[in-house]
Amino acid sequence: MIRLLRLGFFALIVRPVLLLILGTNIRNRERLPATGPAIIIANHNSHLDTLALMSMLPLADLPKLTPVAAVDYFGQGAFGWFAKHIIGILPIDRSGKTPRRNLLDGAIAALDEGKILILFPEGTRGEPERIATYKKGVAHLVKARPEVPVTPVFMHGLGKALPRGTYLFVPFTCDVFVGESWTYRGDVNAFMERLEERMSGLAARGNFPAWE
Amino acid sequence: MNIPTPVLYAIGAIFGLLILATILVWWIGKNKPGDASDELMLRIKSWWFMIGVFTIAMVIDRAISTIFLGFISYLALKEFFSLIPTRRIDRLVLLFAYLCVPIQFYWAHIGWYGMFVIFIPVWMFLFLPMVMVLQGQTEGFLRAVGTVSWGLMMTVFTLSHTAMMLAEGDLSNGVAAGAGLLLFLVFMTQFNDVAQFTWGKLTGKHAIVPSVSPKKTWEGFIGGAISTAILAAFVGPYLTVMPWLWSAAAGAMIAVSGFIGDVNMSAVKRDLQVKDSGGLIPGHGGILDRVDSLTYAAPVFLHFFYYFFIGGRA
Repeated sequence: MIRLLRLGFFALIVRPVLLLILGTNIRNRERLPATGPAIIIANHNSHLDTLALMSMLPLADLPKLTPVAAVDYFGQGAFGWFAKHIIGILPIDRSGKTPRRNLLDGAIAALDEGKILILFPEGTRGEPERIATYKKGVAHLVKARPEVPVTPVFMHGLGKALPRGTYLFVPFTCDVFVGESWTYRGDVNAFMERLEERMSGLAARGNFPAWE
Repeated sequence: MNIPTPVLYAIGAIFGLLILATILVWWIGKNKPGDASDELMLRIKSWWFMIGVFTIAMVIDRAISTIFLGFISYLALKEFFSLIPTRRIDRLVLLFAYLCVPIQFYWAHIGWYGMFVIFIPVWMFLFLPMVMVLQGQTEGFLRAVGTVSWGLMMTVFTLSHTAMMLAEGDLSNGVAAGAGLLLFLVFMTQFNDVAQFTWGKLTGKHAIVPSVSPKKTWEGFIGGAISTAILAAFVGPYLTVMPWLWSAAAGAMIAVSGFIGDVNMSAVKRDLQVKDSGGLIPGHGGILDRVDSLTYAAPVFLHFFYYFFIGGRA
């Protein structure tokens, strides 16, 4: 039942709104992972990021798509239920109650089940359309499963459409750049360097108007 | 579904042309494979899609046609707002600008000419800067007022003339009705784009405004305008109440204004340092790249027709 609700939410609400009202302009869509396990890493500007990313993959892949998010943000109420069951997030506990070394257990288990994880290593939506420093958690996750391919995605425009701290939605076309995937080699720092290099490479391909 | 017979035949003829063009491009691709013919095929495919959607929207019902035209206008406005520099503080103003689209097309749909013609140039022109100034940020104010007002005029006001044509044409365009009038405008505008492009490719030497659009030549412009006027002389009496000479004049006006609309949008893109306005239509760029000629041709043709035929001065 919940699976059906989730499918309906994406097929009838999220996808039509993103396609007709917002409009996404995706470069190199074919680089998105066709099968799990896989990891998609993207920059975070808006609540819409997760939904937009999930809409770029075929609807048939929906059961596999698992965005990773902080549990404390969504809470226990209706919002939390919605995030967990309809959006299908995999919660990460940032509060410190879970021992550090067990933090990634859920994510690793999901990869072992063949899921496609969506990660926003900036940790927060932060200043819209400005990249914050990436957190290293993602590198530790890839280190634990080095054979899983990582695909970087850079998005621009959603932070203008629905930035943090407002409910006023104003349509802007969303530009998406999908980069080439790679797998973990070397160490955590080398991975993080590579990630930053790829993301800034993708960002440089766009020609974005000023937004001040 | 109540489609005038001349319009039905004209749509049939357009599909005939499209089939011919598809065979031609397929034949070129077979003999000279390469990027150029792949690009042409991509364009033809997009033409099929655009003409298909346009036809479906036109034949069902006038309300559906107006909603479709309004949606095109919305996409053009969104593309424009996404291309220009904007201020964070103006998000509310931009939202109001978007809301103008359904309102403006509603005026057109009910045929309230007086409101249709002043809503954006007067009321919104005064209202949007008011909202902006009450937000209190003066830095970049003039630029924001200028770009938002211009964008609203260029993508909503001008393009809404297509919807007004449907309403006005139903009353004053004889058997072919509003659909005939709009089809005449859109077909002539698109034909002129293709004709100017083809004449330019074959004979073009002298650029008109090289700093804006180096590929637009006098040869292409004149050849295209004459071709469009000749075709209009034949098609006009069939799709509109205009006699052949008036139709030819309308065709020439559409050709000239279409050209201006095209270079006008080119100048905007140059200034913003983008090649295509977007990636919505494969092989054609964005929606603004496709409707650029119409932004000038639609108001010019409607007011020409309004003055001489609805106003009864011809």
